[in-house]
Amino acid sequence: MSPAPMSPAFPAFSRLLHWLMALMIIAMLFIGIGMQASLADYHWLLSVHRPLGIAILVLAAVRLLNRRVSPPPALPAGMPGVLAFAAHASHVALYALMFAVPLVGWAMLSAARYPVVLYGSLVLPPILPQNDMVFAILRTTHTVLALALFALILAHIGAALMHAIAFRDGVFQSMANWRLRPVRACSGASGR
Amino acid sequence: MQSEPDPSKDTYRLWPPGPRLLAALGASALVALALAGGLAYAGGLFTPGRLTQRAIVDTFQKINGVHPGFRRNHTKGACIAGHFESNGAGQRLSKAVVFAPGTLPVTGRFAVAVGKPFVPDNKTQVRSLALRFELPGGEEWRTGMNDIPVFPVPTAQDFTGLMTATAPDPATGKPDPARVSAFFGAHPEVAAALKRITGRPFASGFANASYNSLDAFRFVAADGTVTPVRWAMMAVDPDVAEPADQPGTPDPDYLFDDLAARLARGPVEWHLVATIGQPGDPTADATLPWPDDRQKVDLGTLTIDHIEAEAAGNCRDVNFDPLVLPAGIEPSDDPLLSARSAAYSVSFTRRAGEPKSPSEVQFPAQGGAPQ
Repeated sequence: MSPAPMSPAFPAFSRLLHWLMALMIIAMLFIGIGMQASLADYHWLLSVHRPLGIAILVLAAVRLLNRRVSPPPALPAGMPGVLAFAAHASHVALYALMFAVPLVGWAMLSAARYPVVLYGSLVLPPILPQNDMVFAILRTTHTVLALALFALILAHIGAALMHAIAFRDGVFQSMANWRLRPVRACSGASGR
Repeated sequence: MQSEPDPSKDTYRLWPPGPRLLAALGASALVALALAGGLAYAGGLFTPGRLTQRAIVDTFQKINGVHPGFRRNHTKGACIAGHFESNGAGQRLSKAVVFAPGTLPVTGRFAVAVGKPFVPDNKTQVRSLALRFELPGGEEWRTGMNDIPVFPVPTAQDFTGLMTATAPDPATGKPDPARVSAFFGAHPEVAAALKRITGRPFASGFANASYNSLDAFRFVAADGTVTPVRWAMMAVDPDVAEPADQPGTPDPDYLFDDLAARLARGPVEWHLVATIGQPGDPTADATLPWPDDRQKVDLGTLTIDHIEAEAAGNCRDVNFDPLVLPAGIEPSDDPLLSARSAAYSVSFTRRAGEPKSPSEVQFPAQGGAPQ
């Protein structure tokens, strides 16, 4: 009967990226849903939605590279295979959607021949030729993928709370850790 | 927190659920409920009475019927092309590249302001000109203008109210006079605006009509100076008033056919004229005209030399969203602008996914194009 091994913390830059993107993506989902039901705020919300989406796309790429440079800590050795698989699969899906939702947004605006204005006179080039049927399909895809991302984020938060409250295996602390230096995360029990 | 190090086989035990697992599930459910509830609130799920862009387009569809693949308003139209030659006079007002001296390609669309694709032209009272200026670097300026001096309503709520109040009663085929007068009684500003609109000089066609932005915008100069403006495309062709009574059955597409015939004789020009607002001029209410003595600046000449029927890839598939603006032109505080942008987007998204059928407006093979 050995104690559950504690996970070491994520590197500080990885944690910064995670929490920054968490805020941006949740804000983005609220902006995306909210602007479709608001007449007065539609324009300014859309003006934020486009550059924020592109920023998320860029940060997702930074994060994927950062993962190669500083890999995340391994999951606790004692985690059952099915939970470890769920953890890996959900992270693959999260990364896929962090890329797919903004890319589909950019592609759909391209197919509709809307200029993808980021700020001022900075406009992204179209990545698809004009085609209104393609726009219609991508427009629906954008919403469906965004809602899938939202559902996945809820599952991710649920899993994090399971680690924090039920499993207490240090996985939650490996990300919810506010120290700059990457020390080993401690649960309440391990300091004794 | 009191806890002994757990044996690893118990750490991940899911069944039977212990108190910690139940607490974690409860916390997860609370967070999920809060976020999903917040998202549903942002999406308007708990405020069904609030006017949304979908509701506005639904109102158009209720009154005009659904005509798949067509715009929900300004439905009957034709595509045009030409260029804009800037004289440089706008540069001191706006840093927008469109106002630097030079020539830019322009495409656009003439239409009649009714939500039915096969309405005869003589049953329409408002004509519109929508334009898309293509600037270097991917910027665009899109504008939708009408040949009326002011907009009939100040807000999207009043727009829906006016449409609903003046819609034909299914029983009689005519608007219910009681509802109409009740609406105008409650909205004297709409009655006043409509009086200006119906009393305006009515040009005989598209080519000699002038078109107004109606909404105010802000020109932003290179030094940051902001100027409130309304703009207009002022016709160069002589203003011939439309005869009040036309004998016989008129060509149902006479506006478009006349324009094609006019273009066959040569390009048609308009002057882009900005009216400069002074402090106190209403920018947030498109029903109110600005005083006549306001300075007007001629910014350049629009030349249209080509017309064609709507087809895949041309103006048919462009959303003339009035808030597609280049740097140097910004929306004013007029609430109609964001509402128009939002409703146009819904109309565009709906029709984009629908099967298309040909427009009523078609031109003979050689068209009105000189080239």
